Amino acid sequence: MSFNIVHPEKLAAEFLNKDKQHEPQHDEHLWTSRVKRDKEAASIPEWEEFRELASRIKQHTLTHLDQYLEQFEINAVKHGAVVHWARTAEEHNQIVLDILRQHSVKDVIKSKSMLQEECGMIPFLEKHGISVTESDLGERIQQLDKEQPSHIVVPAVHKTKEDIARLFARHIGTDPNNTDAHYLNDSMRKHARPLFLKAQAAMTGANFAIAETGSFVVCTNEGNADIGASLPPLHIASIGIEKLIPTTEDLAIFIRMLSRSALGSKITQYTSHFSGPRKNSELHIILTDNGRSKRLGMPEFWESLKCIRCGACMNTCPVFRRSSGLSYGAVYGGPIGIILDPTIDEKKYSELPYHSSLCGSCTEVCPVKIDISGQIRQWRRVMADHKRLSLIRRLAFKAGAAVLSRPKLFRAAEAGAYGSIKLLPHFLIYNNLFNAWGKHREMPPFAKETFHDWYQKNHENDEHIQD
Amino acid sequence: MMSTSRTDILTAIRKNKPAAVPRPTLRDLSSSGIEGDLLALFKKHLKEADGEFYRLESGKEVSALIKKLFPDAKVICSATPEVKGSRPIKPDTDPHSLADVDVGVFRAKFGVAENGAIWVTEEDLVITALGVLPEHLIVLLDPDRIVSNMHAAYREVKLDEHHYGCFMMGPSATADIGAVHVNGAQGSRSLAIIFLAH
Amino acid sequence: MTVGLFIPCYIDAVYPEVAIATLQLLEKLHVKVEYPAAQICCGQPMANEGDQVDSAPVEQHFVETFRNYEYIVAPSASCVSHVRLYMDAIRQTPEVQQVRRSTFELVEFITDILKITEFPWAEFPHSIAIHNSCSAIRSLHIAQSTEVMSTPFDKTAALLRKVKGLKLVTMDRPDECCGFGGTFCVTDEAVSASMGKDKNADITRHGAQFAASTDMSCLMHLQGIARREKTDLEFIHVAQILNGGPYSRPNNSLTKEPGNSNIDGQPSANSKNKSHVL
Repeated sequence: MSFNIVHPEKLAAEFLNKDKQHEPQHDEHLWTSRVKRDKEAASIPEWEEFRELASRIKQHTLTHLDQYLEQFEINAVKHGAVVHWARTAEEHNQIVLDILRQHSVKDVIKSKSMLQEECGMIPFLEKHGISVTESDLGERIQQLDKEQPSHIVVPAVHKTKEDIARLFARHIGTDPNNTDAHYLNDSMRKHARPLFLKAQAAMTGANFAIAETGSFVVCTNEGNADIGASLPPLHIASIGIEKLIPTTEDLAIFIRMLSRSALGSKITQYTSHFSGPRKNSELHIILTDNGRSKRLGMPEFWESLKCIRCGACMNTCPVFRRSSGLSYGAVYGGPIGIILDPTIDEKKYSELPYHSSLCGSCTEVCPVKIDISGQIRQWRRVMADHKRLSLIRRLAFKAGAAVLSRPKLFRAAEAGAYGSIKLLPHFLIYNNLFNAWGKHREMPPFAKETFHDWYQKNHENDEHIQD
Repeated sequence: MMSTSRTDILTAIRKNKPAAVPRPTLRDLSSSGIEGDLLALFKKHLKEADGEFYRLESGKEVSALIKKLFPDAKVICSATPEVKGSRPIKPDTDPHSLADVDVGVFRAKFGVAENGAIWVTEEDLVITALGVLPEHLIVLLDPDRIVSNMHAAYREVKLDEHHYGCFMMGPSATADIGAVHVNGAQGSRSLAIIFLAH
Repeated sequence: MTVGLFIPCYIDAVYPEVAIATLQLLEKLHVKVEYPAAQICCGQPMANEGDQVDSAPVEQHFVETFRNYEYIVAPSASCVSHVRLYMDAIRQTPEVQQVRRSTFELVEFITDILKITEFPWAEFPHSIAIHNSCSAIRSLHIAQSTEVMSTPFDKTAALLRKVKGLKLVTMDRPDECCGFGGTFCVTDEAVSASMGKDKNADITRHGAQFAASTDMSCLMHLQGIARREKTDLEFIHVAQILNGGPYSRPNNSLTKEPGNSNIDGQPSANSKNKSHVL
């Protein structure tokens, strides 16, 4: 599973250095979502109470997950759905393929599903001769450009209108110089309609699955999941086992928080509830584990399973906004990605926990109160424990620790700091190794006399003190 | 193999799940975030979601309004007896045949003041495609049927009774291109609520 | 009450005037202050990287240095948040726990322990943007973060409002991280610098002459960027404002006259308009 270690800082630098348009626009658009989120969150006086409630409902469900999954299955089957269980991504994909083959499906229309993304489902199905079309506009853009979604809610947010105009010109024959969003959107709408009508199967994910009723909920702004699900006589929904919640009463809390957190809208334009198949149709539900039950057993990390995939942590993250989601080199980017991805491949994603300034904003914005920032810190400890820190980092610490715990060594090092700047605060050690400090910054102004020395000389009978 | 997977997953969960956390009791939240007249709030939030609204007295007036709003509309498909469309819709109608519908008409069960959304089910649409395939939607709503917020709304909703139910808040929308807000991404390009008592 | 003064290594070496201001301010507020000479570091640089093994001896040394003080005060929210929230590479003996509980950042010490609200000697006739660090906001709760839907407060601002002539300026993104982040500032250099530039631009756009903070580490990074970009923005620690100086190096003159030397020992480009130049 492990390929090369992902270096998010390098990918981020590429994004930043691309031009003067992409990064500032990316930052601004996502920050706007954060500002709208603040306004909408403030419209619910009980917002902070809701975060606590949502967290506890999820904790409760996850600590009784076996029971709720069984209850969900019983009720979904009662409505006429077929329920499948997949331990892994491979098993998930095979189940999908088997169902599609049984129905002689050649063309699939699908809405956004991070789980299907996580399973690498599209490449798998295409390898087996099935054509799959993403119907969410952002996902479709990414599919045409052969890129992963860069954000779990706005998959193409790292692209400019100009990028998209050129992309559409290549693929659907639009005018490459017309960057009007209405024109581009309308062109894609017209292009996508026949694909909807042609598909023999629709696929969706799910935002929530309700144990009490055996229903699942799909939230979109475009209505694309609903179009797909209302046309062909076959609907397959991939549902991560952590999506369960007990009842519709609980659902109200989450629906009020999800889109407010994601985009700062009150709910998504379409909040759609599926309970069993339409008349003369089949509904297949694939309850998928793919590492989730294992994560449930990680005392420090299991609460990441509370995640409702709103993307608020991405919007608020100052590092994400400057880097773009693609810099994380994984299906899940941003703060939530940093804590999810290493559970999938610890080595490959060993540098992700360092792609954070640990500002803590993600923790406070999270509608289900995942201590994302705390888990990032914790992952750093895991990486250090497992000797995954890069050599440079380790050497710096060994030297640092030796000096920082011994007063005489420290003062000697400090004395040499002025002028030659060989001091120990670690950024400076790094500076000598990488010259990274000085690329965009002047050196800090070292004093000729440290406070330590000044205090020894002056303080006992110092006159300035009472001035 | 499937049953093995089921057993394996449930066994792993039982083995790994942390100590039980009790289910929080939810108090009555049906007035949370709601101040003022429900209908006024509904209208305000519907507008914010790019929906329109009209108050009319009869199905005839609705048909006249449709003609006025969409003079070029060729195919009008109605799932509600107040409006007679140009093409009938039945439970066994092939949903694909709705691809050329210009205006879809149906009645929603209720509206939600908190966000301007309407609740509509398969029963109201006859076939679910009517809610998303038409270019434009005209939705009848009894002005007395506005609930406060989503807590109140989910008390009304009976998921067990319908295969499909949707809170629809205005027309289809996207901001995936340059963060510019555009209506009619995939679903309807416009949505107008007609307040008309049932 | 005797307070043990903890001066983080970078303040000791780079910004000794901030340490002097802290010491003088506490003494003005009638606190007996001792600066234990054996002190070095709290262990944060290693611990933030996840390196508990190398953090442990440094943390141990910190506890041994400060264990006999009723309160430990530092002019750094970042170091204090490490001590109070994350100093767990060593065994949590009652003594360690006591030291962790007793360690305070200067602004919160003045606000919550001393409960002092007047600084009649302080005067700073400039417009200031407060940069409360992420540690100050989200770890120590010195100010309410904008993510949390709760009554806003800002202990730093509350103190600075008592300073004569001082004008507070608000930013578009008041609690956005400046991008310092410890080793992050060099390991993720491009992102860090970009965040810093945006922060300086936000401050400057709103007409502030100074960025004032509880954390010199953030300011060192922002200052490095501002000097490279040759902007006029100046940087100052809250302790210097509340104490009324010193505004420059102990071995330079301590005069507050206009036209004082700036950080590099060179006259500031616009020193004619500013009496306090760091």
